[in-house]
Amino acid sequence: MYKILTKKSLTPTVIQMEIEAPLVANKARPGQFIILRVDEDGERIPLTVAGTDQKRGAVKIIFQIVGATTKKLDIKNEGEYIEDFAGPLGVPTHTDGIKKVCIVGGGVGCAIALPVAEEFKRLGAEVTGIIGFRHRDLLILEEEFSSCCDTLTVMTDDGSYGRGGNVTVPLKEMLENGEKFDMIITIGPLIMMKFVVETARPYNTPVTVSMNPIMIDGTGMCGGCRLTLNRDGKRITSFACVDGPDFNGYEVDFDEAMSRGRMYADFERHAYEDTCNLFKKSEGEF
Amino acid sequence: MAIKPEKNPMPTQSPEERAHNFDEVALGYTYKMAKAEASRCLNCKNKPCVNGCPVNIDIPGFIDYIKNDDIEGAYKHISKSSSLPAVCGRVCPQESQCEKHCTLGIKFEPVGIGRLERFVADYHNENSTDTPERPTSNGKRVAVIGSGPSGLTCAGDLAKKGYDVTVYEALHTAGGVLVYGIPEFRLPKSIVKKEIDTLKSLGVKIETNVIIGKTLTVDELFDMGFEAVFIGSGAGLPNFMNIPGESLKGVYSANEFLTRSNLMKSYRTNPDTPIMKGGRVAVVGGGNVAMDAARTSLRLGAEKVYIIYRRSMDELPARREEVEHAEEEGIEFRLLCNPVEILGYKNENDPKDPKNGFVKAIKCIKMELGEPDEKGRRRPVPVENSEFSLDIDTVIMSIGTSPNPLIKNTTKGLEVNSRGGIVVNEDGLTSKNAVYAGGDAVTGAATVISAMGAGKKAAHAIDEHLRNK
Repeated sequence: MYKILTKKSLTPTVIQMEIEAPLVANKARPGQFIILRVDEDGERIPLTVAGTDQKRGAVKIIFQIVGATTKKLDIKNEGEYIEDFAGPLGVPTHTDGIKKVCIVGGGVGCAIALPVAEEFKRLGAEVTGIIGFRHRDLLILEEEFSSCCDTLTVMTDDGSYGRGGNVTVPLKEMLENGEKFDMIITIGPLIMMKFVVETARPYNTPVTVSMNPIMIDGTGMCGGCRLTLNRDGKRITSFACVDGPDFNGYEVDFDEAMSRGRMYADFERHAYEDTCNLFKKSEGEF
Repeated sequence: MAIKPEKNPMPTQSPEERAHNFDEVALGYTYKMAKAEASRCLNCKNKPCVNGCPVNIDIPGFIDYIKNDDIEGAYKHISKSSSLPAVCGRVCPQESQCEKHCTLGIKFEPVGIGRLERFVADYHNENSTDTPERPTSNGKRVAVIGSGPSGLTCAGDLAKKGYDVTVYEALHTAGGVLVYGIPEFRLPKSIVKKEIDTLKSLGVKIETNVIIGKTLTVDELFDMGFEAVFIGSGAGLPNFMNIPGESLKGVYSANEFLTRSNLMKSYRTNPDTPIMKGGRVAVVGGGNVAMDAARTSLRLGAEKVYIIYRRSMDELPARREEVEHAEEEGIEFRLLCNPVEILGYKNENDPKDPKNGFVKAIKCIKMELGEPDEKGRRRPVPVENSEFSLDIDTVIMSIGTSPNPLIKNTTKGLEVNSRGGIVVNEDGLTSKNAVYAGGDAVTGAATVISAMGAGKKAAHAIDEHLRNK
């Protein structure tokens, strides 16, 4: 059992928790993820590490309440316990030789982008941040990004805060104006990452994308997280849990990844509704 | 008294009944049946069966106890050689091991050794109230990586010798393939739990959610005070055929499909973890894992299940009893066939059709057996222009695994072979001092009992090494 040390709402649907897991806290590097289960017989879900505090043995996670499992996790409070918490998994984000980096985060993906941005700042790189949200109310971590980015652009789809439009708008402007990044690192919805890659393509700027496919064990056993890379004219099967989660954005078959991500869409909708109904029912009882 | 030429049959749930539930198929011998079967053992002098057993259980010895109505004595006798008799009695391929060498088998059916082993272990589990005696500690600490059959065997043997053993398990439940891979209807999880509880009462500590190679490294284990390490991390990433369509929705590896059903309990009503069920299913491969996947699909409600295997029934590597059970349950074997492509649904008029990207059919080619390969197995070769399609909704690829890279990548000086398997000598010692390995992490996908044999050998070698240190 793993204790919830702190819990805080970043928005009504995005929650930040610190979980007590000293072994994970000692090892986790930016870009890596953990797998957790809320309760016995619960689903295993991967969540990227949003930060660590080794002194307190704490691992920070940030999640959006999107399905039955995240809903159940949200019901838990500070001081309570979750069943399982394992990691760190995956390969940390590569930072070697990158002096000038652009971090492009979208939605709750910004939670994962933040420790990566902070790591580059710590290493002395020049960090440009672009973070995007659908609406002002969904904005998270602006202050934290401000303190680790040399320049930060905040976008909202509907223009309710910062600039209006997608994250690719300022990225394209920068690239057009001759900005040369050693690397663009993008973390967010698949469709956004796909367009970040397309935006960077004419400028031959390398792009790293952070993939978050369906996973069970996360340790290289089940193969459910496989994705296809197009490399040197060949199609290669790769596994996000052990080979990733970071991949060369130019190689990833995004359309396939998006399709695979919807494999259980029906099931998940029903499970979420069932869980919500269950909570409604129990609230009524007490 | 004349010897009965056939084995006493194993009572089972009827095929019609069991195809729709996850309860154990084989129900086990009654006391009377066990006695009758035990009486078929000739107690021959040269005991060829013992050499056929990877852990060298004294088979005629334990059968003799059954003949004398001392079942607990039989259990204790088996326990000298095996830490998991209730498991082995159920999942060992006896027909290619102990029973293959049975003297009685020359003329008649061999003695049902597996069935007797299972009877003894189940009888003990039901009737015995003794907890095993905790040996005096010798103060030496050994770490075991992985709680599958090799790790549990190694841990059990060392604990019995007085070592302070900690088992590290990456998943949330101990048991390895015994819990994530082998289904409930073939190996009830309560039995695995019981065997693990026995080890715990011997003093073995089990730490779940620790991924060696990530959470901790092998070198750190030595820094923590462990004097030897056994790596039993098991098989790794599933193999795929590299044919078009393997990324469609509805294509699983057997590892994923079985893990969802067994470990994550997707077979229950309203599970937290989803699984595709019902419809028409094609399982590709002919091993025990393929049989497990096919029979699990059936129990999850599939209307039709095919096993697609590129060789013939004679070469099918699965345990004979599983093949027979699968056939009885109505699983259709499409032998001498090999998939060439998986076809997906695509609505050209509606890119948002929710069925888009799901499996629709599998295209196969007929095969014939050609010249024997280096292993002596006849190589299957495609028959020209013999392609055909089967309409299906789910494909389960069950064509083996490749070793997991996590430990290899984080352990300096650990030698692996070209396939990624850890290189060991005859004692199970790796290229790294005091680091031993066994099971699928060394051999690639193999059987529970061969992994146990390797765990046993390594435990012996670790004991020698630490005693002489």
